Amino acid sequence: MISMDTKTIDEAVELAKFEQKIANEEKIEPSDWMPEAYRKNVIRQMSQHAHSEIIGMQPEGNWITRAPTLRRKAVLLSKVQDEGGHGLYLYSATETLGITRSEMIEALQSRKAKYASIFNYPTLTWADIGAIGWLVDGAAIVNQISLQRTSYGPYARAMVRICKEESFHQRQGYEIMYELAHGTPVQKQMAQDAMNRFWWPSLMMFGPHDADSAHSGQSILWKVKRESNDFLRQKFIDQSVVQIEVLGLELPDPEIVWNEERGHYDSGPIDWDEFKRVINGGGPCNYQRIKHHKKAHQEGEWVREAVRAYRLKQQTKNVA
Amino acid sequence: MNQEHLAVYEVFVRSNRGLDHKHVGSLHAESPEHALMYARDCYIRRSEGVSIWVVESSNITASTESDVENFVEPMDDKPYRHATHYVLPEKVKNM
Repeated sequence: MISMDTKTIDEAVELAKFEQKIANEEKIEPSDWMPEAYRKNVIRQMSQHAHSEIIGMQPEGNWITRAPTLRRKAVLLSKVQDEGGHGLYLYSATETLGITRSEMIEALQSRKAKYASIFNYPTLTWADIGAIGWLVDGAAIVNQISLQRTSYGPYARAMVRICKEESFHQRQGYEIMYELAHGTPVQKQMAQDAMNRFWWPSLMMFGPHDADSAHSGQSILWKVKRESNDFLRQKFIDQSVVQIEVLGLELPDPEIVWNEERGHYDSGPIDWDEFKRVINGGGPCNYQRIKHHKKAHQEGEWVREAVRAYRLKQQTKNVA
Repeated sequence: MNQEHLAVYEVFVRSNRGLDHKHVGSLHAESPEHALMYARDCYIRRSEGVSIWVVESSNITASTESDVENFVEPMDDKPYRHATHYVLPEKVKNM
């Protein structure tokens, strides 16, 4: 009983220290004591973020061989390579919380872990590559800028690095859209269609409305999340409207209208049934995305096997 | 499935000659040589650095931050080590 009490007191002291750090805007670092629920919450959010970077390579990778010019191909290749790098930063940063890379991959492949539901939509035309860079990366940047101030140190530092690279992604997407929107009527229509399809899933990227968000309350208290879903979504809508006007395209939502009183654009209701359906596996490409991930992973097994053999040999050599 | 055949390496990048190497993150690799190549591909794709160090994480010995008081306190009771400890005569504006 005495040891139990000591443990409880120790924990209470540690918890107080932890909460003080959060209150002082200090970062939590890997070796610090942290409540188990904080650790789990950060692992969930970071690994989900890492999975999104990796799965996000698929819809865009799909167009690398079909990019219309050599320059576009080089740009897209660079962008997809960046996404792979972002996944790596985030997996590495998540591992500092005591979870292994293979546990995370297992969680992704068995669908225990989620990734951004937007990547379950197909890329049907070249304009989709423009729409993804501009809208999907644009929405991600709005979210990631606020996460540069997240309370978990390695996550915050990874976000700083990612944000630096991400703005090229958005600009190259917007450039594709701008050229199509100012091209032939068919090209303009293609841009319009891509924007219309990616607009709503982009808004869903910010997650459910604040009132319905399962993890938001605690995440905000612990400063894992720094801004609410609805606040960030509004910011994204406000910045996008002017960009759509410059493209000369029709707004994807007829209910978008400036609200003088709020100082923001009002917009139409989001189809949350679709969001739930897609995030729970019912989107057009969920099955394909995971299947492809498993296939690529299995096809790399011979490399891992060779590496194991190589390392074993090196170790034996060192001993001898 | 298993990825733990790779060791974890910490990556340090010197962004310009004359500056310190700074920790930028970590990665998994088969050997130090591979770690260096992966770090090049991952961390300095946009001329972020002129030199990289990689070191296997398990080779780093670190102090514990939670014990920082016991670890560095003896330094704090020597205020005379700081320039601000000494009061300059008023006529001497800067030193």
